[in-house]
Amino acid sequence: MSIRSKYEAELALVFNKLIAMCRAVETAIEKSVTALVKRDRDMSAEVISEDKYVDNLEHEIEQDCLKILLMEHPVASDFRDVSAALKMITDLERISDQAADISEIALQFGDEDFIKEPEHITLMAHLAIDMVKDSVQSYINRDIELARSLDSRDDRVDQLFETVKGDLVELIRKDGKNADQAILFMMIAKYLERIADHAVNIGEWVEYAVTGCHKIG
Amino acid sequence: MNISVRNCNLWYGDFQALKNINMDISNREVTAFIGPSGCGKSTFLKILNRMNDLVDGCRITGSFHIGGVDIFDKSTDVNLLRKKVGMVFQKPNPFPMSIYDNIAFAPRTFGVRKKAELDRIVEDSLRRASIWDEVKDRLKKSALGMSGGQQQRLCIARALAANPDILLMDEPTSALDPISTGKIEALMSELKQELTIVIVTHNMQQATRIADKTAFFYLGELIEYDTTEKLFSCPTDRRTENYITGRFG
Ligand SMILES: Nc1ncnc2c1ncn2[C@@H]1O[C@H](COP(=O)(O)OP(=O)(O)O)[C@@H](O)[C@H]1O
Ligand SMILES: [Mg+2]
Repeated sequence: MSIRSKYEAELALVFNKLIAMCRAVETAIEKSVTALVKRDRDMSAEVISEDKYVDNLEHEIEQDCLKILLMEHPVASDFRDVSAALKMITDLERISDQAADISEIALQFGDEDFIKEPEHITLMAHLAIDMVKDSVQSYINRDIELARSLDSRDDRVDQLFETVKGDLVELIRKDGKNADQAILFMMIAKYLERIADHAVNIGEWVEYAVTGCHKIG
Repeated sequence: MNISVRNCNLWYGDFQALKNINMDISNREVTAFIGPSGCGKSTFLKILNRMNDLVDGCRITGSFHIGGVDIFDKSTDVNLLRKKVGMVFQKPNPFPMSIYDNIAFAPRTFGVRKKAELDRIVEDSLRRASIWDEVKDRLKKSALGMSGGQQQRLCIARALAANPDILLMDEPTSALDPISTGKIEALMSELKQELTIVIVTHNMQQATRIADKTAFFYLGELIEYDTTEKLFSCPTDRRTENYITGRFG
């Protein structure tokens, strides 16, 4: 095997692990919100315990990347690919933490009916999941257009966050007893909003990997 | 001293080895030349102290200034130029004489006769080349008995004894072990405080370790020239990218 193909094989391994990590993170977000809506406490607990798996993957990919940096001394786009991967896994790991945080909050809801069906929160979750998926996909495919689309998609998530906030404020005004649940929903919406921000960060690292420019968002 | 080259073309007979090269090299920096064998790195380096003058059938056009002075001007004294622009080669080439006489060679040529003065220059040059401690007790011994790494530092000391402004180094560590290489790289970082250093290297990691700027040559052209950090993290030209990432044929 030539040095070049040895290097490419090592990078392909990192790519595969990144895809696996991304899938796990998507699933975590999905399950955290489904568990909330279905009031499935077991599923919430699963999300919290499965966060360990993502932590382990992050650690593994980090080791792989550091080894490549040490052994292969990559330069140019090779160097940018590896550095971008190193940065991206930090964002993915944070997203997984935030899915676990959502589940922690879901477990704090009592048995009372919801003050409002979390339809906007579900929508935010789906937009955020797609953004995370596309951020990693744009890295694998070096798809700069897809990476750049994340910024405006994040605006949509921010708008939804404002909508949720407005609705919850309204509900608290109507009846102070709504405040307990409203605060929990509010925190969940905030986490989802942050998750979308992390997808934007990943997109910025993709831009760096492809073009060499990193804009600080 | 700054080096400024404009529209440099060089032919060996019918073969054009350098094609319209424009380059400014900064004072007190290390500049590395990289590129595949035969792309013209050594040829370009040798122009700077007019070593190509000796080559039959070699023709050069363009303008070449060092510290603002035209080095091909009729009034330029080539011996003086070579004193100001020292050169170190891939294979250490100590003269078959004592360590002391190797270093004293250039100052003697330029008329230094007093023993005390020569002693001072010898010690100073050997110290600057980080080899004084290793040889101070055997200055009268033959230079040929030294190790390869020591011989190379001796050659650097010999070049320094002429008190040059510029040091040209053509693959100075490619015949050396990692420890000797490390010593010479450390030496370059020291020397660049006072000199301009241009080094040809096939070792990319060496370029990233020691060079402030890096120039990539390919088929007689200067393809890309930038800060080392920029060139190795985000080269502009596809050919640079392919070469440094090992994608080339
Ligand atoms: N004295 C010479 N006569 C004819 N051709 C030469 C001479 N020196 C070098 N060349 C040719 O010029 C080209 C550049 O050589 P050189 O500067 O030694 O390349 P590099 O240092 O990048 O390996 C090569 O094709 C080489 O064969
Ligand atoms: Mg050469």
